[in-house]
Amino acid sequence: MSEILRCVGLTKNYGGLRALDNLSLSIESGRIIGLLGPNGAGKTTLIKMINGLLQPTSGTITINGLAPCTTTKQLVSYLPDVSYLNNWMTVEQIVDMFTDFYADFRPQLAYEMISRLGIDRKLRLKTLSKGNKEKVCLILVMSRNAMLYVLDEPIAGVDPATRDYIISTIINNYNPAASVLISTHLISDIESVLDEVIFIQNGMITMHDSVDNIRSQHNMSVDEYFREVFRW
Amino acid sequence: MNWLLDKKRPICPQIAEKLCVLIASGEIGAGDRLMSVRDVALNAGVTPNTVQKSFEMLEQQGVIYSRRGAGWFVSENVDVAKNVFNELVHSKTVAYLNDMESLGLGKKEIINIIKEFRYE
Repeated sequence: MSEILRCVGLTKNYGGLRALDNLSLSIESGRIIGLLGPNGAGKTTLIKMINGLLQPTSGTITINGLAPCTTTKQLVSYLPDVSYLNNWMTVEQIVDMFTDFYADFRPQLAYEMISRLGIDRKLRLKTLSKGNKEKVCLILVMSRNAMLYVLDEPIAGVDPATRDYIISTIINNYNPAASVLISTHLISDIESVLDEVIFIQNGMITMHDSVDNIRSQHNMSVDEYFREVFRW
Repeated sequence: MNWLLDKKRPICPQIAEKLCVLIASGEIGAGDRLMSVRDVALNAGVTPNTVQKSFEMLEQQGVIYSRRGAGWFVSENVDVAKNVFNELVHSKTVAYLNDMESLGLGKKEIINIIKEFRYE
């Protein structure tokens, strides 16, 4: 097991608002980790920093020992919380684009998953429903052979059957050398597939533990524990 | 098979229990090759790390063993699995009896209820 991601004293201010507050974190390879926290906790801010889309106000972040840069972007496969793909492109064109763009992209795997979910590869993205669009985005991200998959709210807009499929996709693509970081609110849907959870609130990590530890210590599911910790 | 995992309890021992039940009931025979870690993970919808831990737990108890490159196999001696199964039967029976007793029913009444019970 080696360390894939390390954050030390990470702080981010948006003007007067402190989004991340002296956050330190270490993630090892071969883990599936849930990043959980209420709205505005700082989840997306942290994820954007992992991908070099935001610069920390202070503190350091390293991926496989390197600060976010073009090299780390080859290691990290990122699913943003909003779609960034061109709506006029067909599914096929987007797969082609990803194949050109990423050396580790596996187009065959992508097409396998796309046809399994019954999506027509000739269709333009703008004609797909919201859920189907999300599926395509996730498939693209999971079809890379990356070291760290960072999924920001991957299952919010899809139906429960597809949620199950997505979860099995994550298990199926499991690679002991890679880790998956998933931010979500839908804890009960994915908690059985997680190894660890990170609770984040007001830009600080309130807990980082294995899910089975939480269950045996509190005699409740991670979902119930979350509701208890973040009760208003 | 249906794994029916209880999310309030750690998943790892639950997977081990289910495998013991399969072995004790003979659905997986002594010496048989077990499903792969990934297959169990996909089937049960849990992370492969958890399944791996369950398998290692069972290996320590002598229920299964691994052969390098060939996968996991059920030990010739299935006594441990049967013990786990019997313990499960015992604890579930105790839980049921406690529930019924809390409704004010005695042992004889409970036995009668079970005898006369029919699925609708």
